[in-house]
Parts: sequence; C-alpha cells; structure tokens
Amino acid sequence: MVHSAMSLISQLRPVSNDGTSEGGEVAASGSMWRMIAEIFLENRLAAVGLGVIVFMLLFCFLGPLLYHTQQIYNNPYLANRSPSLAHPLGTDQVGYDVLGRLMVGGQSSLEIGFAAALIAVLLGVIWGAVAGLVGGFLDGLMMRIVDTLLAFPFLFALILLGAIFSTSIPELILVIGLVAWLVPSRLVRAETLSLRVRDYVQAVAVMGGSRRRVLLRHIVPNTVGTIVVNATFQVADAIIFVATLSYLGIGVPPPATNWGGELAQGLNYIFDGYWWLIYPPGLAIVITVVAFNFVGDALRDALEVRLQRR
Amino acid sequence: MIGFIVRRLAQSLIVIIGVSIVTFILLHLLPGSPIRAILGPRATPVAVHQLTVQLGLNKPLPVQYAVWVNNLIHLNLGYSYKLDQPVTALLAQRLPKTLFLVGTSLVLAVVIAVPLGVLMAVRRGKVDDYVLTGLSFVFYSMPSFWLGLLLIGLFNATLNWLPYEAPQDQVSVLSQFNGMVLPVATLTLVTVALFSRYMRSSVLEQIVQDYIRTARAKGLSNRTVLTRHVLRNALIPVITLFGLSLGGVLSGAVVVEEVFNYPGMGLLFFQSAVNGDFPVLLGVSVVVAVATAAGNLVADILYAVVDPRIRYV
Repeated sequence: MVHSAMSLISQLRPVSNDGTSEGGEVAASGSMWRMIAEIFLENRLAAVGLGVIVFMLLFCFLGPLLYHTQQIYNNPYLANRSPSLAHPLGTDQVGYDVLGRLMVGGQSSLEIGFAAALIAVLLGVIWGAVAGLVGGFLDGLMMRIVDTLLAFPFLFALILLGAIFSTSIPELILVIGLVAWLVPSRLVRAETLSLRVRDYVQAVAVMGGSRRRVLLRHIVPNTVGTIVVNATFQVADAIIFVATLSYLGIGVPPPATNWGGELAQGLNYIFDGYWWLIYPPGLAIVITVVAFNFVGDALRDALEVRLQRR
Repeated sequence: MIGFIVRRLAQSLIVIIGVSIVTFILLHLLPGSPIRAILGPRATPVAVHQLTVQLGLNKPLPVQYAVWVNNLIHLNLGYSYKLDQPVTALLAQRLPKTLFLVGTSLVLAVVIAVPLGVLMAVRRGKVDDYVLTGLSFVFYSMPSFWLGLLLIGLFNATLNWLPYEAPQDQVSVLSQFNGMVLPVATLTLVTVALFSRYMRSSVLEQIVQDYIRTARAKGLSNRTVLTRHVLRNALIPVITLFGLSLGGVLSGAVVVEEVFNYPGMGLLFFQSAVNGDFPVLLGVSVVVAVATAAGNLVADILYAVVDPRIRYV
C-alpha cells in the first residue's frame, strides 16, 4: 500500500544508479534467491520476523492437529469463561474455545492475506511490465487507468466492492486483490522502464528475440527483488484490510472466522473486562503484521544497498 | 512553472472524471434496486414503472451519467431517500466534520512525526531508535479500530477521563472538545507511525550524502547541519508522500468515525454502502476523489516548487 511509497523516496533521489556499471546485470535468478537468503542471515530483525511468520503458519495449520477442539457445535453454557486448564485462553461468547478459534481464524487470515497478495502482485506485474515495455500511447493509457483507480482510497473501494459482491472467502480475496494491484503495477513499470534500456535487454532485441521473450526471461526475473518486497507488504496490508472489513461487518459470515472478526466480536465485551476475547486475536494480528513488515523492510534495505553497488 | 501546474490540473480533472465514471458503473452493479428501497416490498408493478420513468432510471447508462454530470455542475447531487435529505445538504453537514478530524490529525501528525523521524535517524542504531522504531511498527500494524477501542477502554472504562463518543450535535465541536480528543488521537497515532518512518528513511538518505560531509568538514555544528541542510532536503520527498497519504488518512477516518460514532463523511459513506443508498454513495465518492486528487496535485506542485529539477516533467 503505502510501503511502496518508501521505495519511491529512493527513486526520487538524484543519485544516478544507472549508466555506471552496465555490464553488471543480475545473472540467473538463482543468485537472487541466494541474495535473499543472505539477507536473512545478516539481519537479525528479518530472521526474527521470518521465524514469527513460520511459527504462525505452523500454529494455525498444524496446531489443530495437536490441540483438538471442536469448532462446529457451540455450547452456550460454556460461554465467556475466563482462561483455565481446560481452556487455556478461555471461551468466547458462544462457547468455542478461544485458542482453537485463534488457530482456525489464523488459517483464514493468513490464507486471505497470501492469496490476495498473490493476485495483487500477479496482476500488477503483468500490467506494469507490459505498460513499461510497450511504452507510447498504450503505456500512457494503462497508467492513467491506474492513476484514476488510485484516486479512490483503498478502504472506500473495499467497502463499495464488499457491498456489491456477497461476502465469502474467495470473493474477499478477489476484492482485496483487485484493489491492491495498483501499487505493484507502478513499481514494476518503473523498474521495467529502467531495465529496458540496459544493454543486455537491447541485445536480445538485436539478436531477434521476441518481445515476449524479453519480458518473460529478462525483465520480470530482474524485478523479482522489488516484487518480493512489495509482496510482503501486501500480505501485511491484506491482513489488516480483512480485519477492518470484518469489523465493519463486510467480512466472512460465521462459522468461518478470521482474527479480525474475532477481535471485532471480542471488542463488544470491552467494558465487561473479558480480556481473553480481545488481546489474543489482536496480538496475533499485530505480531504477524509486524513480522511481515520487518521482513519487508529488511529485504528492501538490503536490495537498495545492492542496487547501489551495481 | 505555470505550464506544469496547468498540465497537472488537467490530469487531475481527467482522474476525477474517470473516478466518477467508475463509481457510477460500480454502483449500478450493486444488488437491489433503489425503486424497491423507496416504495417498499409491496409496491405494485405500475408504481414501480412510474417511479422508474420519473427518476429516469430506464434510460441507457450513458444518458443517466450525462444527466448526473449536468446536475453535478449545478451542484445538485441528488436526493437520498433513506435519509430523506438532498445529498448536497448532507454533504454540507458532514464534510466540515470530517475535514476537522482529518485536518487536525494531519497537522498534529506532521508536527510530531518530522522531529521524531529526525530523532530516529540521528540516533540510528542506539536504544532510542530501536524503541521508537519498534513502537512505530507496532502502531502501524495495529488495526485502527483496535487502537481506538483500546484507547476507549483505557481512558473511558478504566480512568473515566474522556467520553467514548464524539460530539453528535450540529454545534461546533470546539465546545465539546473532550469528545474529540480520542478520535483525533487514534488517527494521529496511526499516521505518525507511518510518517515518522518516511521521515527517518529520508533523513538517513540525506545524512550519507557528500554535501553533508562537506558541511561537517567546514566545521558546522551538528545542529546547524541538521536544520540548515538535512531537514530541508529530507522534507522534499516526504512532502510528496504526505500529500499522497491523504487517501489513506481518509480511509483511516472512516474507521475512526465508525468507532467513535462521529457524524462525518466516512460514517455516511459506510452507512450508505450498507443501505444501498446510491445518490449519497456517488456524491461522497466524488468528494473523496476530488480530495485525493487535490492532495496529489498539491503534493506535486509543492514538490515542483521546492525542487526545481522536476519542473519540466
């Protein structure tokens, strides 16, 4: 979302990082992954973030296998119990065990986050790369469309789209993806424009390579760094969007749940002091999103440094 | 320079027109029909047909759009049947309230975030920076409705210092200032978290530049270097980002208005979306688009004013 604006700062800088070392193009994509692995080894915050993400994934998807609670039949007699040995995080207002609910909710939240980010990045990459490569009138048209859609704040668009499409998980993913693809498309277009004039890309055209070949085998792999950075931020933002939508009532209907929905429901009891309904889902959201932000920040910082060294 | 401004204005105008078209089309995809909403579920087909013709809803879409634009130019945004008021009157009531909330929060956020960002950058790697950066990460990663409700829980339920609802009446909010503290605080906190990170990033980029090294070599004190050189140059890209963030802050305002029941435009938009109130949605969308486009325009122009190098783009 606005994290892409942070990389905008570096693009607005008057430093010329082009034209100096033309020969040093990024080699095969293998080295990009190794670069990313190195980043995690060097930067402790990023490693912590990655660890938290992995832990959350295991907690939500493998947890229910180890910690059996049933999430289908509610039991009002057990409602709103505070934490105890039988229910380590208490029970919620219809009797579900909160810890189990946290795991199930996390599955939805993480699924929606990853899937929406994937759609957003895919759409954005294709749109931006084509616009940047083709140039001319088509480029102008495509980018005007992006600018127009960007004039609409994300949440307003999400509310509108959420009201149009009925709420279910696939549609929620689609809605978030359709709103979030705008930012990666601008980033990819900028990268494409700068990559287009590199010698090795022009050499492909000289050798008779088709434009599709240039696009798929040279430009897109070299934008992977920016894309990965943006994708991490997209996941973080998607999780918060889902939480906000659930609070506003445009989330997934029960019995499906996600962290945002649980938080929203728990907040009804804020004056009753049932803290176990509020803090677990809230903290889960914050910790996960912070972890993604750490990882994204570290990736972006490291990528810029390496860009400068080129 | 004038050419630059004119070109940017023209672009903004195109964007606003585009947004209105997109919103218009989207709203006609909304399920449910305004006719049924007005007449109720027991309407006879004759009455439905009459009202359709009367409201002009049987004409093709482009014609309807043209009619709407014509009305817009005469400042007639339609009539809301759900709320029983002309849309323009509704907007006139609600817009100032949102402007007050967003304006106050933005100003406070800038005033707090700029020094904070500089501090974080200057103290980079020390404990201060880690603590502040960590805090800004946390506040940025919190859903704003949770932050708002936590603040309510703390300041109202536990301490009982501040009311949990924003002032509802039409009187000036300044007379009931207590109720505005928490909404403004929530929006400001989230915005400061974001802005301070931008500022820190930008200052860090300036500090490593050669001209700063020259300034230090000349013997200028750290404070002079900071205020006279780093701050001005670091503010340049940050101004643009602040302008571009207006849309995000408006989005945040929607949530804050909902949490604190503040009768502003964001709450109006949300309630209308839930109720399927087309004219209001269209009206608010146009206003929001205009505001965002204006924010982008101001950001671009300010950037061109401050940095002469980009005037010829």
